Amino acid sequence: MTATPAAAKPGRAPRNAGGPAGLRAQHASKAGDRVFLGLSSGAAWLILVILAGVAVFLIVKAAPAIAANWSDDAGLQDTTSGFTLGYENFWQYVGPLLFGTIWASFLALLMGAPVAIGIALFISHYAPRRLSGVLGYLVDLLAAVPSVVFGLWGIVVIRPFLGPLNEFLNTYLGWIPLFGGSVAQGGSTLLAGAIVLAVMILPIITSIGREIFLQTPSLHEEAALALGATKWEMIRLAVFPYARSGIISAVLLGLGRALGETMAVAMIVSPKLIVSFELLTNDNPATIASNIANKFGGANEMQADALIATGLCLFVVSFAVNFLARAIVGRSSRPGRLRRVKSPSAKAA
Amino acid sequence: MAMHTETIALRSSEGLRAGRLPRLIDLWVAAGAIAVSLIVFAGFGHVDYVGGWLVLGAILYLVAIGLLSAIVEGRRKATDRIVRGLVTVAFLLAIIPLVSTLWTVIANGITTLTPDFVFGAEQQHYDRETGETTITPGVGPAIVGTLIITGIAAVISIPIGLLTAVWLTEYALPANPVRRVVTFLVDVMTGIPSIVAGLFAFALFTLVKGPGAFSGFSAAIALCVLMIPTMVRSSEEMIKLVPLELREASYALGVTKWRTILKVVLRTSIAGLVTGAVLAIARVIGETAPIYIAAGYTRTQFNADPGEGAMSTLAVVSYRNYVDPDPTHPEVTQAEAWGAALLLIILVIVLNLIARFVAARFAPKARR
Repeated sequence: MTATPAAAKPGRAPRNAGGPAGLRAQHASKAGDRVFLGLSSGAAWLILVILAGVAVFLIVKAAPAIAANWSDDAGLQDTTSGFTLGYENFWQYVGPLLFGTIWASFLALLMGAPVAIGIALFISHYAPRRLSGVLGYLVDLLAAVPSVVFGLWGIVVIRPFLGPLNEFLNTYLGWIPLFGGSVAQGGSTLLAGAIVLAVMILPIITSIGREIFLQTPSLHEEAALALGATKWEMIRLAVFPYARSGIISAVLLGLGRALGETMAVAMIVSPKLIVSFELLTNDNPATIASNIANKFGGANEMQADALIATGLCLFVVSFAVNFLARAIVGRSSRPGRLRRVKSPSAKAA
Repeated sequence: MAMHTETIALRSSEGLRAGRLPRLIDLWVAAGAIAVSLIVFAGFGHVDYVGGWLVLGAILYLVAIGLLSAIVEGRRKATDRIVRGLVTVAFLLAIIPLVSTLWTVIANGITTLTPDFVFGAEQQHYDRETGETTITPGVGPAIVGTLIITGIAAVISIPIGLLTAVWLTEYALPANPVRRVVTFLVDVMTGIPSIVAGLFAFALFTLVKGPGAFSGFSAAIALCVLMIPTMVRSSEEMIKLVPLELREASYALGVTKWRTILKVVLRTSIAGLVTGAVLAIARVIGETAPIYIAAGYTRTQFNADPGEGAMSTLAVVSYRNYVDPDPTHPEVTQAEAWGAALLLIILVIVLNLIARFVAARFAPKARR
């Protein structure tokens, strides 16, 4: 370290000067280079190892529970903390949970994605230029709010807020299976959970959507406006076709976030291991993540393994969703983009 | 673009002569819509149902402006105005939860926030004269736990994330297959559910140390899984912003690669790197599920040893104390939950402000 600053001097003074000091500086630098390269590439490999480790350790821990014969396993049929009681195998246990996870995320996406895209459009194309940075920051702040705070908020604000709406929907639209059943008095409905989930996925979809909308070539936009298009027509003709694949992947990333979100559902919704489409009742399908959070504290060893096995399923599902999302982004950011822009608009017209 | 022309041409038959609504019509219609919806809700006796009349007001506004514009300006302008309204409403829909969560937590937590609460543990006081025991809330242990767990996670994740970013941007060639795989997997890793990270740490430590291995260190490992990818992403973005000329100038002076990276590349992007690191910390400091899974939970016990035993953080205390309050003194434990949530929000906001400050204050001046 001490000799190296000499090497930075202009004119390569040390080498011309020759002698042991210059040689040592060269040597130290070479060694430094090698160490630095080793460290940084080592860190990159370490990330791959960590990701593999996540998969391997989950599989190792989950395997006994997946392979076990549930009906005569002492740990799983333990009556003191009997949440795995009465199931014949793992798939029977995880089935309703998978359903709940996907159903809750789907509802959140249904409500959250259009709003998020609207916000992204507002920030990128409608808000005054000077304000758009601040407005974007406000939405990003929503991502900084800890999930447990959203959980508390859901309990004390969203639940009572939805109370009258629940009654209304149940009374007048109860013939639709979604709003049927008996309304939960405490308000711990799947609707409340899904709304909070929707709020939580807003920032991720918005921030990606905003970036993509802003990338629309301004020539396309100006061309549309010059032809007399209104702002909305310009967006439909120039912005949306350009942003299509980006929006799809943004929505998928939002889905990934919703699938893995724990606290909002665990705190707000009263869960059961059932398959039910009713939104307003006390009997809601549990999600994998919320089920783990609720049951992990009181689980015995085998039950913990079973919960880890459900976590492995969640890992696989969300990994697949994220993989798909990133693959779509990756493909669209390569050259050959122009061709992709034209085809959807041709279909629209 | 040919198709676009066609679409526009077909629709422009409504003509250039169509009328226009006055400029501030939006505001007037909005005010009218809110007023009507207030009256409707007042009629049913539900004025206090703020969300209800806001929603109805928004719908009324959209319908009214659409109709007005359709009559005066024609269908295309009407659609445009409705979309503008919809998009604005969408934005307001996102701001409402932000304000509402902050307000709820502040309103519920502010009364608990005393120095004793922040620095002390939950305590019992016995009054000799009246013979009454009072319990005062305190989250001191949880604050210590939060700082230790997040601190360890940051110490591990920041160097790994930074070095990986350096490798991706400075060493690996774009065609390097490992680079492509790492970039892709880092992206995918940002989407790992936090609870899965917690289960991983739990599985790792139970397999290595035996059952019941709750510890702060285990929770820190879980947070690392969540923090490393964000750190890599942000550092990579920042390092990419360093102009190539700076590196070339450095090489031209005979400076070795690693010193160029240290003294030129990282030095130039330091503000962005610090901002990224602070935001990564802010992201994991509020995590609940992975810490609850990996570090367990103690309500009152003080534990400052990350190697052994259950450890609480603010988020976990907030979650457990609210959902599962101590039956002997539920009010106190729930007050603790709110206080912990408020502290957590304050921490996160402070970290965000620091990040913004660093980004603005220490950003390299492009031109002197």
